[in-house]
Amino acid sequence: MSSRDRTEEGSAGRERNTLPLEYETVIGLEVHVELATKSKIFCGCSTAFGGAVNAHTCPVCMGMPGTLPVLNRQVVEYAIAVGLATGCEITRHGKFDRKNYFYPDNPQNYQISQLYLPICRNGSVEIETESGGRKVIGIHEIHMEEDAGKLIHDERDDVSLVDYNRAGVPLIEIVSKPDMRDAEEVIAYLEKLRMYISYLGASDCKLQEGSMRADVNLSVRPVGEAYYGTRTEMKNLNSYTAIRHAIAHERERQIALLEAGEDIVQETRRFDDREGTSYAMRSKEDARDYRYFPDPDLPPVEISQEWIDAVRAKQPEFRPEKMARYKAEYDIPEYDIDIITQSRHMAELFEETVKICGQPKKVSNWLMGETLRLLKEHDADPEDICFSPAHLAALIGLVDDKIINTNVAKEVFEEMFAQDIDPVRYVEEKGLKQENDAGAIRGICEQVLADNPQSVADFKAGKDRALGFLVGQTMKAAKGKANPGVINEILKELLQ
Amino acid sequence: MGLSELTAAELGREIAAGDVKVREALDEVFARIDAVEEQYHCYITTDKEKAYEEAARIQAGIDAGELTGPLVGVPVAIKDNLCTAGIKTTCASRILYNFVPFYSATAVERLQAAGAVIIGKTNMDEFAMGSTTETSAFGVTKNPWDISHVPGGSSGGSAAAVAAKECWCALGTDTGGSIRQPAAHCGVTGIKPTYGTVSRYGLVAYASSMDQAGPLAKDVTDAATILEVISGHDVKDSTSLKRKDTRFTEALKEDVKGIKIGIPREYFGEGLDPEVSAAVKRAAKELKSAGAVVEVFRLGYTEYAIPAYYTIADAEASSNLERFDGIKYGYRTAEYADLHDLYKKTRSEGFGTEVKRRIMLGSFVLSSGYYDAYYLKALKVRALIKKAFDDAFAKYDVILGPVAPTTAPKLGESLKDPLKMYLSDIYTVPANLAGLPAISLPCGKDRIGLPIGLQLTADCFREDILLRTAFTYEKIRGIFL
Repeated sequence: MSSRDRTEEGSAGRERNTLPLEYETVIGLEVHVELATKSKIFCGCSTAFGGAVNAHTCPVCMGMPGTLPVLNRQVVEYAIAVGLATGCEITRHGKFDRKNYFYPDNPQNYQISQLYLPICRNGSVEIETESGGRKVIGIHEIHMEEDAGKLIHDERDDVSLVDYNRAGVPLIEIVSKPDMRDAEEVIAYLEKLRMYISYLGASDCKLQEGSMRADVNLSVRPVGEAYYGTRTEMKNLNSYTAIRHAIAHERERQIALLEAGEDIVQETRRFDDREGTSYAMRSKEDARDYRYFPDPDLPPVEISQEWIDAVRAKQPEFRPEKMARYKAEYDIPEYDIDIITQSRHMAELFEETVKICGQPKKVSNWLMGETLRLLKEHDADPEDICFSPAHLAALIGLVDDKIINTNVAKEVFEEMFAQDIDPVRYVEEKGLKQENDAGAIRGICEQVLADNPQSVADFKAGKDRALGFLVGQTMKAAKGKANPGVINEILKELLQ
Repeated sequence: MGLSELTAAELGREIAAGDVKVREALDEVFARIDAVEEQYHCYITTDKEKAYEEAARIQAGIDAGELTGPLVGVPVAIKDNLCTAGIKTTCASRILYNFVPFYSATAVERLQAAGAVIIGKTNMDEFAMGSTTETSAFGVTKNPWDISHVPGGSSGGSAAAVAAKECWCALGTDTGGSIRQPAAHCGVTGIKPTYGTVSRYGLVAYASSMDQAGPLAKDVTDAATILEVISGHDVKDSTSLKRKDTRFTEALKEDVKGIKIGIPREYFGEGLDPEVSAAVKRAAKELKSAGAVVEVFRLGYTEYAIPAYYTIADAEASSNLERFDGIKYGYRTAEYADLHDLYKKTRSEGFGTEVKRRIMLGSFVLSSGYYDAYYLKALKVRALIKKAFDDAFAKYDVILGPVAPTTAPKLGESLKDPLKMYLSDIYTVPANLAGLPAISLPCGKDRIGLPIGLQLTADCFREDILLRTAFTYEKIRGIFL
């Protein structure tokens, strides 16, 4: 029954003339995630992004006659891991099915996917809503499938070319239940999935680069109703901003249709974020019959209890548990914990470094300060950090032992960040050791005072700022390597 | 005696011993092809140049003592739905008229690694769909025993080439009887092994869950020798089995004492030609005289094998043949308005009538609303048929029966009535549905001199008992070809 039928028959319809209806948005998501396997799902070709056109192809992923798919075990393992993290039941006896449709980016003209027996079913994740409350979003299923190639349209020569590098890259599709009610919940849900999946190392989940793609299924209904209205599916949403805009736009579009007494057509719509509008791609009337059937080239996917147990045993500590443990274990601000645990790699770097040097606050400072600054400067992700915990601990030790001062330490850190150099050796080789010898520093201080009589006079006249200048001049004369504490002491003594 | 009269194993021995050069074998076979090919048309493609190049390489290997084995230097023919790197592989279809793969089927690679020399690609029914080799886009093959008759199909070119001595042995493929039936019609020996025994990699799929490659040969020894070479697990085929028991030539013993042979009563009912029936019964009697225990029994669900087979095979085919779209390789229509038009015209022009019929039937049984009633039901029937065989093999080692209801039909007769053609597969499709190994070997001739085939079927993995029984029968029967 369409939503229009309901509103006309139900009490809500009669009220429409007297009171404006309030509508509730009902949203379910289909999220495609590209898995971070080295090779494709059914052949040995590389999954590396980029590369010359059709460089990462072979007879299998090109759909050549007589070729056969061979399942990459790692894909199954990642799918099980994501399923376990999201509380799904794992299908012990699963199958792959063929989804038949003709399109040039689809080399066999069927996609190997899972319809009848998907690998994971009936899971859920808990999200935190804006108001701080918690809400459970159901996961209907997760299935494995292969990605398609890419069409390249050459306007000049008026031809279309196909690049099959992406054909056969493994995907999981996570299908939620229609449990979300607004964009904030959608984004919280996506963030939660992203956290689980990236913590598992199963994908980097980047919307912009297409390694995570979300299709939004949306319908509206009068507040208080329990039925589901006719839904539309929106594709091409490659940022949170686009998702927010698309949801707002589609909600308004559907409400306007209902208010005008028109039907909502069940269809797939493409959202154009630049134009802020969407247009229909295909409707249910011309929906394809995919003629799904079990792929006879692939034996059933048998998953033993031992395999599930082994994957479970390897599951990492996820962010919520990690945050709770950090709060209990480390004396660092909650703000730091929030940032550090956003990336499993950064969190592990933090823990390993603390294990070596035993100074959580100092480790956290390096991560929150210089590391984030440099990541931003290089437009990189925490996953890209290359320096080792041992080297960061060693750097902290060098400062603690007054072998280098903080400024030199920052300089050394930049080298570590760039190419994970050993800070101890680097300081040695570059001669960056701090001058701690009071006698030598005293000599420099005396010379600086003699060269800057005006500043000395200013200081004696009560201008404290002059001391800072003198310290700076001394440090400069010492080529940055003098212990700043010692300089301070000696200058104060000499000036009195 | 000319080299053509030798079996493949005999030729292999002479070549390995240095008594015959690989080149001489090629001279012989190409002279024979030049002489009779116009009459029979067994081949779609022959490649003399490549064959002689390969022969030189193999001869050097033999002379250096590096290459040995029963098939070393033996020229072989390959059915044109098995990919051969650098040699056109058309599946007898216009849609692949120009397709030259850059990879070879695993079965082909294994033959080549054993020193066999590929001389050409044999004619077949288009995409292996047909029982007469008449659906080929490249002309019909004629039965060497009587050129007004078909050679059977779909591996008709391979069977006829062996019968016409245009090769010593050949590879065929069998989805519903496509090795065994043409073997019967051409008086040669053909084996369809247990599903998964020979890798399907590089075999252009018709019905993936039933396709198996296998040998067409002059006798049981040659057939076992070839099967042994091409068998074995292949990482490129997920449905290939990890079998250790593939030394099939070791099973070639002349001894059937105590072997229990069951004859399904249902295989001797209406539609079976009396001459075929008599020849097959005579073979059973001879095996009994040699010490086998022979009984007639009831095999269940035989009447459902044909509908189940055509439902499943066509469903799989409709999907398997989607990749032939004119985009990446093969035939593309000359003019088209848009993408849809390109697909439509390419496939309308590229596929023949029988292929289109099966694609349409297969698409229908998989379509939404009909899937349960047809495809799923056929899968259930398939399971019941398998169960019926399990029950039979609990009692019998070998099931004996005819290969086809009649000897080779006249050219042009079968295409007039496709349903009748489908029904003629009644004795061969059950082995494919149940994945069983089965062999077809000659057991006599009808009154006009056309060969009659005997079919023996064993339980999965029991090629050994199948070959032993066939080998023993062959000794009793005597040389046929």
